[in-house]
Amino acid sequence: MDTNTTSGKRSPLWLAISLAAAIIVWQIIADFVVRNKFILPSCSDTFAALIQLYAGGVLWEDIWVSLMHYAIGLILALAVGVPLGICIGWFDRINQLLDPLIEIIRPIPPLAWIPFAIVWFGLTDFSAGFVIFIGSVFPILINTYEGFRSVPRVFVEAGRMLGCTSSISLIRYIALPAALPHLAAGFRIASGVAWMCLVAAEMFGVSRFGLGQKIWWYYNLHQMDSVLVYMLLLGFIGLFIDYLFRYSMDRTLLRWRVGEVN
Amino acid sequence: MGSVAISDVTRLFTRDDGAQVQAIGGVSLSIADDEFVSFVGPSGCGKTTLLRIIAGLDQASSGEVLVDGNRITGPNPKVGMVFQEYSLFPWRTILDNVAFGPEMRGMSRKGRYDLARRYISLVGLDQFEKSYPFELSGGMRQRVAIARALANDPDLLLMDEPFGALDAQTRNKMQSELLDIWDRSKKTILFVTHSVDEAVYLSDRIVVMSSRPGQIRKVIEVTIPRPRDRTAAEFGTLRRDVLGLIDEQSLQAND
Repeated sequence: MDTNTTSGKRSPLWLAISLAAAIIVWQIIADFVVRNKFILPSCSDTFAALIQLYAGGVLWEDIWVSLMHYAIGLILALAVGVPLGICIGWFDRINQLLDPLIEIIRPIPPLAWIPFAIVWFGLTDFSAGFVIFIGSVFPILINTYEGFRSVPRVFVEAGRMLGCTSSISLIRYIALPAALPHLAAGFRIASGVAWMCLVAAEMFGVSRFGLGQKIWWYYNLHQMDSVLVYMLLLGFIGLFIDYLFRYSMDRTLLRWRVGEVN
Repeated sequence: MGSVAISDVTRLFTRDDGAQVQAIGGVSLSIADDEFVSFVGPSGCGKTTLLRIIAGLDQASSGEVLVDGNRITGPNPKVGMVFQEYSLFPWRTILDNVAFGPEMRGMSRKGRYDLARRYISLVGLDQFEKSYPFELSGGMRQRVAIARALANDPDLLLMDEPFGALDAQTRNKMQSELLDIWDRSKKTILFVTHSVDEAVYLSDRIVVMSSRPGQIRKVIEVTIPRPRDRTAAEFGTLRRDVLGLIDEQSLQAND
């Protein structure tokens, strides 16, 4: 659950070597061992498919639509998960009231909500966003709660001694900043889960575009090289989002954590 | 300003098995304006609990505490506290830590930063105002904690073993700096410590407490003029007297 893994910098040389090796092995296995484009497209097949898809122009549309689903789900999850997590983490009564409900709903896999998502919202972007929301709200909620539970008592007491006495200002000035590393960790987990739910959420035909939707689409066309293009895109965009988030948090809101021991 | 009247304060804790433990049993004490009073005693004598009650962080089971005639019912901006453990907000810079109290009072950005800078320079850390707490040593952090408490201009400053985690040399240095600050800003200081040496060096009066229930064993006036010499004969005598009182207590507690 650490949010600032500033572990030793990886040398770009080793990154290049490891990637090159993987690509060569992949190409050799596909061309000389499997020799079946349907079962395992080679690297060059996949690259050719990427060029073709890029030329076709829908790639950006797919990325855009998927990012929109992802954003709908995650923004909703933040809007619900953070305030709710704060309430159950700070106020014992609310915790006792809501904890059983949360524990009952939480184990239901997000994908099990797909039928109701369709019934409630139809085959719309919002429906996909809803499934992603279900998947990502709990990591945010639980981590916010944990963060608020583990605010060191001495910070709260120091705050109170300095004139920060109401619940609202204690939350705003003491608990929230103290819990921020937990919130950031929750967001990262949620973002990963959201990205996973995305594929499933788009598979039931909420729109004609989307990275997940296209995986299913090209599978039906038996174009496995295109399926692989979209899989890799999902991986790289997910990685990029995570990197961007971590980078910006470590530079801004979590700068003070640099010297803290996890 | 900053007189304290503690009258017949008791504090009961209920253990998990339902039994009641008396942490403080009937403590009464008057402390004058600008006095420096230390509390010493064996572990578990309730000195920290007593300080927390005066701070308003804990409630007495019976009895009351008045600060300048006002009954303490909760934390009060006229009462400041320096904690034993590091209590600086790690997400705030030194400047923002010291400016926290004034910020809570609604002081403007410029006003509170000017004020905070004054107190940061009072504790000699001008170059560190933009640093985060993790960049500072233990002694520096406690100095910032003192500056942060002072920036709220309390009449009464409570200190709960503030130098307990520091090495001996830093500790001695901090003690004389604290006396300096006390001399300049004139506040009442109540100081809880395990170190008799520290109590004798700092205080106008030393309150020796006994344990279970925590009660006042004896109040000792320290008349040695400041600055005090730790190696002087009268310093040693007084230290021995206080240590003797505490040891008696610990022996009884172990019986």
